[in-house]
Amino acid sequence: MKRWVGSLISVLAAVGLGTLAQAQTVAIKPAVVFSTGGKFDKSFNEGVSQGAERFKKETNIAVAEFEPSNETQFEQALRRFAQRGQDPIIAVGFAQAVALAKVAREFPNIHFTVIDSVVDLPNVQSVVFKEQEGSFLVGVLAAMASKTGKIGFVGGMDIPLVRRFQCGFEQGIKYASPSAELITNMTGTTPAAWNDPGRGAELAKGQFDRGVDVVYAAAGSTGLGILQATKDRGKLGIGVDSNQNHLHPGNMLTSMLKRVDLAAYNSFKAARSNEWKGGVQVLGLKEGGVDWALDKDNEKLITPQMKAAVEAAKAAIISGQIVVHDYMSNNSCKS
Amino acid sequence: MEETLTLVIATLAATLRVATPLVLCAMGGLFSEKSGIIDVGLEGKMLMAAFFAAATASLTGSAWAGVGAAILAAEVLALLHGFACITHRGNQVVSGIAINILAMGLTVVLGAAWFGRGGQTPPLAGTERLNPIFFPVAGDNILVYVALLSVPFAWWVIDRTRFGLRLRAVGEVPLAVDAAGISVSWLRYRAVLLCGLFAGLAGAYLSIAQNAGFSRDMTAGQGFIALAAIIFGRWRPVPAFGACLAFGLLDATAIRLQGVKLPGIGEVPVQLIQALPYLLTLFLLAGFIGRTVAPKAAGVPYEKEH
Repeated sequence: MKRWVGSLISVLAAVGLGTLAQAQTVAIKPAVVFSTGGKFDKSFNEGVSQGAERFKKETNIAVAEFEPSNETQFEQALRRFAQRGQDPIIAVGFAQAVALAKVAREFPNIHFTVIDSVVDLPNVQSVVFKEQEGSFLVGVLAAMASKTGKIGFVGGMDIPLVRRFQCGFEQGIKYASPSAELITNMTGTTPAAWNDPGRGAELAKGQFDRGVDVVYAAAGSTGLGILQATKDRGKLGIGVDSNQNHLHPGNMLTSMLKRVDLAAYNSFKAARSNEWKGGVQVLGLKEGGVDWALDKDNEKLITPQMKAAVEAAKAAIISGQIVVHDYMSNNSCKS
Repeated sequence: MEETLTLVIATLAATLRVATPLVLCAMGGLFSEKSGIIDVGLEGKMLMAAFFAAATASLTGSAWAGVGAAILAAEVLALLHGFACITHRGNQVVSGIAINILAMGLTVVLGAAWFGRGGQTPPLAGTERLNPIFFPVAGDNILVYVALLSVPFAWWVIDRTRFGLRLRAVGEVPLAVDAAGISVSWLRYRAVLLCGLFAGLAGAYLSIAQNAGFSRDMTAGQGFIALAAIIFGRWRPVPAFGACLAFGLLDATAIRLQGVKLPGIGEVPVQLIQALPYLLTLFLLAGFIGRTVAPKAAGVPYEKEH
């Protein structure tokens, strides 16, 4: 009897505290474990970093960070953060999924967010993007900007996720110009492919030698080499994940934005206001998760016709008129 | 037809671009190995040089200062190798591996501390890079020509000079050189320093000519490929040069073969194409080279009799 009353009181107290906390912010100790591309890849990881910086600035809460130098460090880093009571913890990149699933099971009370992968656990929030939709849009622009009708794609590691970029890009190209040709290269088959600018530059030059005049770099830090080669040869490049237009103004047609910064920021923000939820979030054009970049660095390259065409395509995708096939739905670029 | 021709020329240009660091590294390694000092640390020297080239070029705005810093950085590591292996008669392979590990760690740590970009240097532009001289499209910067000239230079020094004769002798029978009243240590130190010079140039090429900035582990095993090229070339400059070109050609073709449908075969898988250089290594070593003829005293520290 006594015990029963005791547990009733504690349940009531917990409910009471819960409602109280919902109204105000809670103290959190957020942390980020970056991917092997490194925090300063000017692309994917840097996007997350920008989101974390924004949160830091607005709330004055320190964000712990870890930059692993190889894949074996993911698990250690996640576990160490969890042991230190960091919460929530963001794991950046698909490569961390396995390590995260393991650590999240060990620490069921800590909240984790994984970007670019799905981990099905109650204390994990999975954020994935419809990269095919954003890539479709930059494909439309590439097809309209190309004079030779030959367009290049250089991916990082050859995995379905990168093929998804490529496939959406190809659909966008064919939508705008059915006769255009796409030449695809992948940098490698290991995670080192995200960090090999020399090889990226050679791949891009190989494509230019075959007549390509617009190249889409979806390759993390390797992309910096690809875009450098693009500038050296006076061709047009398309950046990825973050807005990379500022890297080589005049030689950057646009960037495919993947708002990982928003994903990181929202996850921290939700945890702070005690509204953090597990489950899967799929962010496409409609949700503002992906987009194309237009700013002062590339506005001269985007003609009014191009802008009209890409905005029309965007509206059609959002309304469901155009369905962009997802490579990962059947591991093939044919629907 | 014209298209095929441009494709062939473009592939050859790419071959030279890719082979340049290999050639420089292999010529440097040759001097060292000819004198009896095995140099597994080529990779580390090149990496350290690449980092200091980019860091210096970024800070001073001059590519030439970058080249100077690259040579200096590689020479420091070369002297370290010499100190361990010549003066203290340590194990040459262990010292070389230590240098590789040191370079891998130190470049990232220094880069993170100085530039705050996770081990990368800021991107370089304009005069901070060695730009192409005659053919902007081919990317023929000065170091490509230096690499081409380094081959006849290495041949001439090793085969036609008194220094070269002694160098070969010290790599085969150091006792005889010592008996002739010539210092084994000083000869080997000079060989190791020459090696540092070329490895430094190779590193500078990677970060301020081929690319525009340093990034982590950017040598990506090229020092070891250069080492393999020396073995293919049976410790001779011209055949080693040929081996470097073969690796370069294979890499350049591999890049261009990706995603291309070949008549009768269809599309070749990326994985197979990327394995080609390694398959060639196995194939050549097993089939063509046969018994390799390393300098007899390579790897053996020389102990003076008292």
